[in-house]
Amino acid sequence: MKGLSRIKARIIVSFKETVLDPQGQTVKNALHTLGYSFVKDVRQGKVFELELEGISRKEAEKIIPEISDKVLSNPIIEKFTWQILE
Amino acid sequence: MKFGVVVFPGSNCDFDTFYVLNSVLQQKTVFLWHKEHNLQNVDCVILPGGFSYGDYLRSGAIAKFSPLMQEIKIFASYGGLILGICNGFQILLELGLLPGAMLMNKNLKFLCQFVFIRLENNQTPFTNKGKVGQVLRIPIAHYDGNYFAPEQKIQELKKNNQIIFRYSEASGKITPEANVNGSLENIAGLANKEGNILGIMPHPERASEAILGSEDGRIIFESIINYLNEKKKI
Repeated sequence: MKGLSRIKARIIVSFKETVLDPQGQTVKNALHTLGYSFVKDVRQGKVFELELEGISRKEAEKIIPEISDKVLSNPIIEKFTWQILE
Repeated sequence: MKFGVVVFPGSNCDFDTFYVLNSVLQQKTVFLWHKEHNLQNVDCVILPGGFSYGDYLRSGAIAKFSPLMQEIKIFASYGGLILGICNGFQILLELGLLPGAMLMNKNLKFLCQFVFIRLENNQTPFTNKGKVGQVLRIPIAHYDGNYFAPEQKIQELKKNNQIIFRYSEASGKITPEANVNGSLENIAGLANKEGNILGIMPHPERASEAILGSEDGRIIFESIINYLNEKKKI
């Protein structure tokens, strides 16, 4: 579409602080075993990179959090942050 | 009386569930393809176990957008009976028909084993043939069965008697050791406030014939049949 370039966005989904993250805990324990005892906590999450085409930046700013909330994360246990990369 | 077993791409307990209802318990049963818009006038919908859409994003996260799920939401609002088993339970959580969410098992392992669960509430369409305190031996097979809900919600579930099954010892004792996947309050099965929707992680369809090592799962199906028969009389 004319005037609308491709938009790249990155979304990071991670567990809320109140939710135990068994994977993060296991990674932390592994790091301790390897001698990195100063690592106090590890939280593991997911990264999504979306490429959007045919919509404006303004529309993208509305759509990205919508997709993140509705599909990519479960608001009961997860939170998300997002940014437009280019 | 008619049962409907919903089929998603990736369902793998659909035929087992169909077999138990249709052949073992002699009930009229139909498959309901998730892309359909029609529940075919069933009296009870069963969301079976499996890995709907591969469960790549989160268990049940994509299945909740299937067209049939809109019909199921309406069916639920009119008091229709819905039983979600394993992945079916996860889908009910994602749909918001049951509260809370599932985390990965606390030991990060896929658990496939027999467990004991204690019946906590027999005043539901799914448990009326059982006794409170009765212990059932039923297998589980899941990666994400570690039940979580905010503290306030847990209190509400307790107050409303919505916790229907809890992981226990063979004796019925509720212990941290019996809590194989780390679920809050040892929750293995949960109903909505109205009691017409039940989600359960163990697989009753895999424990409905003696030759498979346990018939304890039949209580759930027989309770539903009993409930629907009684309802018909009114």
